[in-house]
Amino acid sequence: MNTKANLKTLIIDKPLKLDCGQTISNFPLAYETFGTLNANKDNAILVCHALTGDQFVTGINPITKKDGWWTYAVGPNKSIDTNKYFVICANVLGGCMGSFGPSHENPKTKKMYGTDFPVITINDIVNAQVNLLDFFGIDKLFSVVGGSMGGMQVLQFVSNFPDKARTAIPIACTSNHSAQNIAFNELGRQAITADHNWLDGNYNSKNTVPDKGLAVARMAAHITYLSKKGLQEKFGRKLQERDDLKFGFDADFQIESYLRYQGSVFVDRFDANSYLYITRAMDYFDLVKQFNGNLSNAFKNTKTKFFVISFTSDWLYPTQENKEIVIALNAINANVGFVEIESDKGHDSFLLDVPDFLKAIKNFLDKSYAENYNEN
Amino acid sequence: MKTEYKIIANIIENNSSILDVGCDDGTLMEFLKANKSTNIRGIEISKEKVQTCIAKGLTVIEGNAEFDLKQFPNDSFDYVVLGQTLQAFVNPELVIKELLRVGKKTIITIPNFGHWRVRLNLLIKGTMPITNSLPHNWYNTPNIHMCTIKDFVKFSEIIGFKIFKSLALKNKKISNINNSNLFLKNLFGELGIFLIEK
Repeated sequence: MNTKANLKTLIIDKPLKLDCGQTISNFPLAYETFGTLNANKDNAILVCHALTGDQFVTGINPITKKDGWWTYAVGPNKSIDTNKYFVICANVLGGCMGSFGPSHENPKTKKMYGTDFPVITINDIVNAQVNLLDFFGIDKLFSVVGGSMGGMQVLQFVSNFPDKARTAIPIACTSNHSAQNIAFNELGRQAITADHNWLDGNYNSKNTVPDKGLAVARMAAHITYLSKKGLQEKFGRKLQERDDLKFGFDADFQIESYLRYQGSVFVDRFDANSYLYITRAMDYFDLVKQFNGNLSNAFKNTKTKFFVISFTSDWLYPTQENKEIVIALNAINANVGFVEIESDKGHDSFLLDVPDFLKAIKNFLDKSYAENYNEN
Repeated sequence: MKTEYKIIANIIENNSSILDVGCDDGTLMEFLKANKSTNIRGIEISKEKVQTCIAKGLTVIEGNAEFDLKQFPNDSFDYVVLGQTLQAFVNPELVIKELLRVGKKTIITIPNFGHWRVRLNLLIKGTMPITNSLPHNWYNTPNIHMCTIKDFVKFSEIIGFKIFKSLALKNKKISNINNSNLFLKNLFGELGIFLIEK
């Protein structure tokens, strides 16, 4: 995990008051950009990543040496066309890809923060990210886009900064984390903290990692990202490199082997404490409560053009929860479009090659951009 | 461009806010956007057609007018347009009340089931009418609540809405409908176009 020395980082010296009451300053925010910012600085798109994403949206991730997490959607001539748009993505506050997080050293103790790191919220994450706009001299983003937790950031961003985005695409998300969402996150956190190597969050000082707990957290979460139908079609009851059941507890079934693999590769790239902090930020997300029970008030006087997208087989952030965002926007006559994309790939659909989805994003962005140019 | 669309556009004042209910592939929306107002939104039940609208740069919500109009507050739009779909709803009465609530003014067009060809079709053949504007068979038609121009005029009294403008379209020609010519317009009009208010 020490290959992160060359990450692009913005040091934010402006103090940031967190929702938990603490104030942080002079903290790093790691980011990456793709494409070129034009002279008018009107072609910037802020992409917000999901729980386990990072700033390496597309191309080869220099840390994992694998494709970026949104390679299907972002890149030259793709839905978010980097020949045309300037894409910015920051690793979230609390993350483990260079931004200020629990694996950073606490200057007071000279040890890793661990659980001494302040609990952060989606609001804090967004308030940290907006500094990147100032850094690049961008007055107004052309768009702010994200799926899942990225979608929550999109909603919070537009709410916090009503004049800073022409368009917004919240994808497969919610305005408030449901009991089921919180339950699954809690399961993941319990798996991590139950690992005897977690050591109350101080595993770094003992040169160990709660990899078993983190892997289980990832496995459980991964199931929630897929649909029953998708799982059944891909794996069914197929056996893993064996002709018959072995009457033991090795991975007899392909689905077991697949999940174990997903767990094992995850621990190599993700920090357990970051997982705790970021899932907590998601759980605390409740834009409805923040605006006293009326989500519409979150977007009062907004001029942003919204495009809300959900997926038929997403049971983690189901269409109904996405529609509630649409309803709240319609209630205040905001400019909002909505489509539910047919897909049996579950919540993960937004990260995958789902042509209708990719087409919808491309068309929305390109047409909106052309329109803005005509107006100017 | 369909004559129907030109008539609708002529009724609408410039720079009004418009909601096209059942906006289909967005043809009318595009026309209105180019000629009347950029403040235009659509609602459409078909995913495929929503995609087509997005590709045209139109703001459209995937949804069912029968259930999804309730998200709009009273008088959300200057005009709500419902083109030739009233007959396809399970509950046209509810839909029309919703349209009247959401729009300050509502424009509705209906394929006229009272047209002589339709009447003759049933009279002579003794089977459910199939015409150019109503091409489906009885068993696969989406049009489950067909009505005539006269039915619609009566409907205004039953529901209690005001008709401010009523036009009949015949061979791309439009004419006003009034009490004295209702019988003839109902016989020869292919399409009824109404501007109504609550």
